[in-house]
Amino acid sequence: MSEKGIGARVTRKEDHRFLTGNGHYTDDLQRNRQTHAAFLRSPHAHAKIRKVDTAAAKSAPGVVAVFTGADVAEAKVGSLICGWVVKDKHGEPHKAPAHPALAHDTVRHVGDPVAMVIAETAAQARDAAEMIVVDYEELPAVVNPAKALAKSAPQLHAEAPGNLCYDWELGDRAAVDAAFAKAAHVAKVDLVNNRLIPNAMEPRAAAAEYDAGSGQYTLWTTSQNPHVTRLVLSAFVLGIPEHKLRVIAPDVGGGFGSKIFIYSEETMLTWACAKVNRPIKWTAERNESFVSDAHGRDHVTHAELAMDKDGKFLALKVDTIANMGAYLSTFATAVPTYLYGTLLAGQYTTPAIHVNVRSVFTNTAPVDAYRGAGRPEATFVLERIVEQAAREMKIDKAELRRRNFIAPDAYPYQTPVALTYDSGNYAGAMTKALEMADYAGFEKRRAESKAKGKLRGIGMSAYIEACGLAPSAVVGSLGAGVGQWESAQVRFNPTGNVQVYTGSHSHGQGHETSFAQVVSNHLGVPMDQIEIIHGDTATVPFGMGTYGSRSLAVGGSAIVKACDKIVAKGKKIAAHMLEASVADIEFKNGVFSVAGTDKQVPLGGVVFSAYVPHNYPLNEVEPGMDENAFYDPGNFTYPAGVHICEIEIDPDTGVSTIAKFTAVDDFGNLINPMIVEGQVHGGIGQGIGQALLEHGIYDEKSGQLLSGSYMDYTMPRADDLPSFDVGYQVTPCPHNPLGVKGCGEAGAIAAPAAVMNAVHDALAPVGVHSIDMPATPARIWQAIQQANTKMAAE
Amino acid sequence: MSMSVSMKVNGKTASGTVEPRTLLVQFLREHLGLTGTHVGCDTSQCGACVVHVDGKSVKACTMLAVRAEGAEVSTIEGLAKDGALHPMQEAFREHHGLQCGFCTPGMVMSAIDLVKRHNYKLDETTVRHGLEGNLCRCTGYHNIVKAVLEGAKAMQAKGV
Repeated sequence: MSEKGIGARVTRKEDHRFLTGNGHYTDDLQRNRQTHAAFLRSPHAHAKIRKVDTAAAKSAPGVVAVFTGADVAEAKVGSLICGWVVKDKHGEPHKAPAHPALAHDTVRHVGDPVAMVIAETAAQARDAAEMIVVDYEELPAVVNPAKALAKSAPQLHAEAPGNLCYDWELGDRAAVDAAFAKAAHVAKVDLVNNRLIPNAMEPRAAAAEYDAGSGQYTLWTTSQNPHVTRLVLSAFVLGIPEHKLRVIAPDVGGGFGSKIFIYSEETMLTWACAKVNRPIKWTAERNESFVSDAHGRDHVTHAELAMDKDGKFLALKVDTIANMGAYLSTFATAVPTYLYGTLLAGQYTTPAIHVNVRSVFTNTAPVDAYRGAGRPEATFVLERIVEQAAREMKIDKAELRRRNFIAPDAYPYQTPVALTYDSGNYAGAMTKALEMADYAGFEKRRAESKAKGKLRGIGMSAYIEACGLAPSAVVGSLGAGVGQWESAQVRFNPTGNVQVYTGSHSHGQGHETSFAQVVSNHLGVPMDQIEIIHGDTATVPFGMGTYGSRSLAVGGSAIVKACDKIVAKGKKIAAHMLEASVADIEFKNGVFSVAGTDKQVPLGGVVFSAYVPHNYPLNEVEPGMDENAFYDPGNFTYPAGVHICEIEIDPDTGVSTIAKFTAVDDFGNLINPMIVEGQVHGGIGQGIGQALLEHGIYDEKSGQLLSGSYMDYTMPRADDLPSFDVGYQVTPCPHNPLGVKGCGEAGAIAAPAAVMNAVHDALAPVGVHSIDMPATPARIWQAIQQANTKMAAE
Repeated sequence: MSMSVSMKVNGKTASGTVEPRTLLVQFLREHLGLTGTHVGCDTSQCGACVVHVDGKSVKACTMLAVRAEGAEVSTIEGLAKDGALHPMQEAFREHHGLQCGFCTPGMVMSAIDLVKRHNYKLDETTVRHGLEGNLCRCTGYHNIVKAVLEGAKAMQAKGV
């Protein structure tokens, strides 16, 4: 480990601008002649639009233009798309109803945009939007995914009878049934994976501008993947030639998945900026974020685990209903299938697994990837049922897991649900986590809590994720509409400093630092001479963006490849300069030298020569020092680990306090442990939020979002969370040049099951056996009262 | 209708003509171009807009610009002196107390006021309660708490 290179806790290059108020977020833009947009949204969960009267709005002060769904339909603006085709169990593609950028004849969820007003100021646009009169014919609504499948349920789309998007399965049903037939014990769980609202602190925002001279559109948007936004808007929705649309995702204030997708608002702004021939800006108010950002999770699941008498897992069967919301968001279909069903082997040798998933439409905001995306849902099912089994079979929960772990020497390991794990040491992580959490001393602490009238529980979650998305051929065969490689360009300037362009996008992950560490390590260039550039389709090579913990594993690998090309070219130039053969040139710590001699030239000298090629092998090597690379991963990466939560509950109030939270994660090699820890902390914070606090709740009858503001939706606050103990197990990824696996989602994947297992462990002695997330004080207290009543009756 | 308003922002006189409904945060961002102060919600919960008004932390989305008439306002842009970060900014940098940076200005401004209100004497519980009005979605607060505790020590040592 060097002081600044790979493995060092380097403080972040990006922090100075954020700490001094010099970040550049989308809403900070002020363009010349800029106008502002406001969206009128449906107040109803489901209604026919009879008439939209915009006359008053059009003549309101400052109004530049008003557009409705009818205008969008007339202009033949394309439907917003879902870019992943999932084939159902009969080989039929998923049902893909149209998703107009503005609702035309029907609104299907509260917050569905109906009209856009463009005005001189944001306040004028909002004032005018309130003057639009929409005549709605209200229709019955359904918000609960299980109820949406009922015969009598209101129907959302003619294209999707029964509200069914697809009925999908994975695994060998016959083998599973055979295993269940000979099981010594079967554990069963019924689980709700609560709907979450992502809530990046920066609300979604966009600004669009049209240059009538060149015909060039520019869209600034809060995106995790600006090239994908450009591709979708160009090729599918607006028909603007790709080279005439520039998409810039400047500083973005958190994403967590919700900023992957292509939404109505940036579509409408891009379309309308040419119509009004003025720049337009829009920033969501938080209440708009709540009703219009893509939400996460929202599964209802029944699962059964078959075991032999020693607790060896024989088979797992899982039946899930997944809520898609009113329309399919950009990657919605993949989340409860290929990012969920394929993870159900977890860290275990379970030989037979079958999962069935029915995805359904409801009158709610669309649901798509949210931090972890499918993998938290899989981990929750598996780790909850494993601890349920441990309780029922009276086997220690760590021991039961150990009996079923895939062995550290079993890789590559083919699971029965499609994935081939590449590396890991699950038992090793477990040993470390148990030690850090003082698992052995838990019963003593439980007794101490009991003496104080408190209930104490401990729970764990041995998770695995498939990250580093993704081998293009694999995802292509599964229906993805895009490849999932990443791009990099390493461009030296004549004076020796270097600009690195990456197709990844940083919205908090610290790429400007960790990627610079990679470059510094490979090329020996000081950190302050390296600039990482991302987020602008006009400057950065086509890239796939940031999600699925892919940036370092895929984007970082592309940078390494580009650095290798720089070194290879540099060796040729150095050989010429040093009058030696290329084969004899070595490169180390930023210096080219002739092996076995003291003849050397620094990289900076080679770079200068490449730009001022006076004494240069021009007939062998081109001038310049600027290399591109694209990296398509050979496999997914498989971060895994064990998180342990210890919780104390006051049975009189239902209030729970996390006494200790321990995480041991295997992310492969670590480039910057400081940044990795930050990612783990943040993920755990969101995971604890899901387990104990957060809930996107729609009213069953009216379809109104009941938790639609920070007054109602419980965001984790500083005094809701503990400090965390973080440790590592390191098994390098064998198939990428950095040996890294990705760390962005682990906490959100692992924590909910660990917390809920701890809650169940604490409550089991008082007769509470099932409680759903979020386990709020009210729910815990109620469950204890019901258990008391039941026990009194027995 | 519009009204004129004048205040001192980061030590300099700043005046403008605003609609009466203009919030202090809008005046700072849109009229003065001080975009370091952010808006993350519409219910005064998130704290991304915290600035100091006459030395006390205020959510700039809860105050009309005209109410700040004659006040001394400091924003994140005014913290660093002569290119040197304020000890609290430095502590956030050193302890990785920020990720996406959006909540950071409000978090830092709240933290400084918290330290002063407690006369530099903070423990983890006080910091966690004291930052209840500032939401962060990235860090899980772990490193923010660490940064504020260290920042408090550094502020005391440097007498700021």
